[in-house]
Amino acid sequence: MKTKKSGLERTFDICLYAVLSILVLITLYPLIFVAFASISDAAYVVAHKGVLWRPVGINFEAYKSVFGNKAIWSGYKNTLFIIVFGVILNLFMTSLGAYVLSRKNVMLNKPIMIFIIITMFFNGGLIPFYLIVKGVGLLDTLWAPIVPFAINTFNLIILRTSFQSIPESLEEAAKIDGANHFVILFRIILPLSMPIMAVMTLYYAVDKWNGWFYSSIFISDRDLFPLQLVIREILISNSTEGMSSGGSGNDLYQIGETIKYATIMVSTLPILMVYPYLQRYFVKGVMVGSIKG
Amino acid sequence: MMIPVIAYYVIFQYGPMYGAIIAFKDYSPMKGVMDSEWVGLAHFQSFFESYYFWRILKNTLILSLYSLCFEFPAPIILALLINEVRNKRFKSIVQSVTYMPHFISLIVICGIIKDFTNSGGLINTFITYLGGDGQAMLQKPELFRSIYIISDIWQGMGWTSIIYLAALMNVDQEQFEAARIDGAGRLRQIWNISIPGILPTIIIMLILRIGNLLSVGFEKIILLYNPAIYDTADVISTFVYRKGLLEFGWSYSAAVGLFNSVVNLILLVLANRLSKKFSENSLW
Repeated sequence: MKTKKSGLERTFDICLYAVLSILVLITLYPLIFVAFASISDAAYVVAHKGVLWRPVGINFEAYKSVFGNKAIWSGYKNTLFIIVFGVILNLFMTSLGAYVLSRKNVMLNKPIMIFIIITMFFNGGLIPFYLIVKGVGLLDTLWAPIVPFAINTFNLIILRTSFQSIPESLEEAAKIDGANHFVILFRIILPLSMPIMAVMTLYYAVDKWNGWFYSSIFISDRDLFPLQLVIREILISNSTEGMSSGGSGNDLYQIGETIKYATIMVSTLPILMVYPYLQRYFVKGVMVGSIKG
Repeated sequence: MMIPVIAYYVIFQYGPMYGAIIAFKDYSPMKGVMDSEWVGLAHFQSFFESYYFWRILKNTLILSLYSLCFEFPAPIILALLINEVRNKRFKSIVQSVTYMPHFISLIVICGIIKDFTNSGGLINTFITYLGGDGQAMLQKPELFRSIYIISDIWQGMGWTSIIYLAALMNVDQEQFEAARIDGAGRLRQIWNISIPGILPTIIIMLILRIGNLLSVGFEKIILLYNPAIYDTADVISTFVYRKGLLEFGWSYSAAVGLFNSVVNLILLVLANRLSKKFSENSLW
């Protein structure tokens, strides 16, 4: 295909590359700005106001304040708890459900599927949901963002589709050897489904990492705040006072600005660093989901 | 084995559906759902007659329609563009960078939005540079919708484009070959082959979208809005949240939420039926 490109083709290519390059720049620059601002000198950032092409007056004060803040650490700890136990519960419950629903010979399979799918299109609303969680006694515990979200129906359906593709003969052979359903699920199906389970783990983990809304309505004890709620106080409610020690009002305001940027970095960097490695798994997940459509 | 799964659905999914009957009662936490007094449609009536009804319904619809018109096509266009790139390296750079914002948490995104749109923020610096006036944008009701939609596109476009890229990969390559021989230019090929090729995917995505027409991303609005811009920013779900959880109007708020769910369901069924009729694509 080494035919010479016509003028029209060339114009098309130039436009294409130009548009996409601009897009890349627009997407990337805000993040670069935050990164630069976070390691810049507070006074400079406030005075400079605007486009940063490099850090001005490199200074790590803001990071010191952020890492010196107890709430950030306890936030990390609580988020870790929610992710670890939440994802374990998610995977356990989702694979149980997906396994049963993927078997053809199970009684009531169809009605149960309908029973589950209805919940994707209709729900009782926020207030009754809150009252249920309250009624079950989960309010103000770290289990509140975990138990009521044990299964994501969409993920359940994806996993079921994937389980269905495992040949039934394997299962029959195991049955003849005297395996019960638990043995079949944990010894045969799950080991064969590692790639999709990895995708599920990622999806659930990211949900837990980013989730804040339900934590904010279910948890009022500040010691139990997950990281996102701690960040919300700093970024959205603008309370950085507790974090910078001493100094006059103006200094406080200035350092407050860079503390915000440093907080963004501290809470975003972990996920941005692992994301290039996880990207293809995520993409795979989206594909699996879309095929089902 | 199914017991824990069914139990989960009964308690946390069907429980709230049952609990929604408080919309027809005067719920008091002391009496509980069962023993509270029935009041019939009183809460619905007072909602429909209130000043808020039109405001939040209008805001919800406008925001949804904007997002349908601007946000929905963006990833499709992006996917079509990325699909035309022949240089593998450049392609993977574009993809990696545009996916990235999807991984940043909403709180951080909103923090950045607030910071960039305040009077001395990055965006205003650009505007002043170009000769305009800097202003605290999140205090301006008329700017809220644009801020909401543009930042949504920024965050979600790349990620959603994956679905369309996957669909594009399944388009028969021979058709492009044939079109080239017939002398069709690149735009022509996009228009006559690529777009029809991914049309079923587009329609499915569209149906799902319409089913959620009334559930605009309220988490983001809660993080961004303030009383100064309720006029354009307050939507059904944020109203439910404020009235119910902050002001403890349980029953009233539950009625509003139920109204939202029912309208969503109707829209979904309608969209699905329309699509079945015109394109043979449907969810069920």
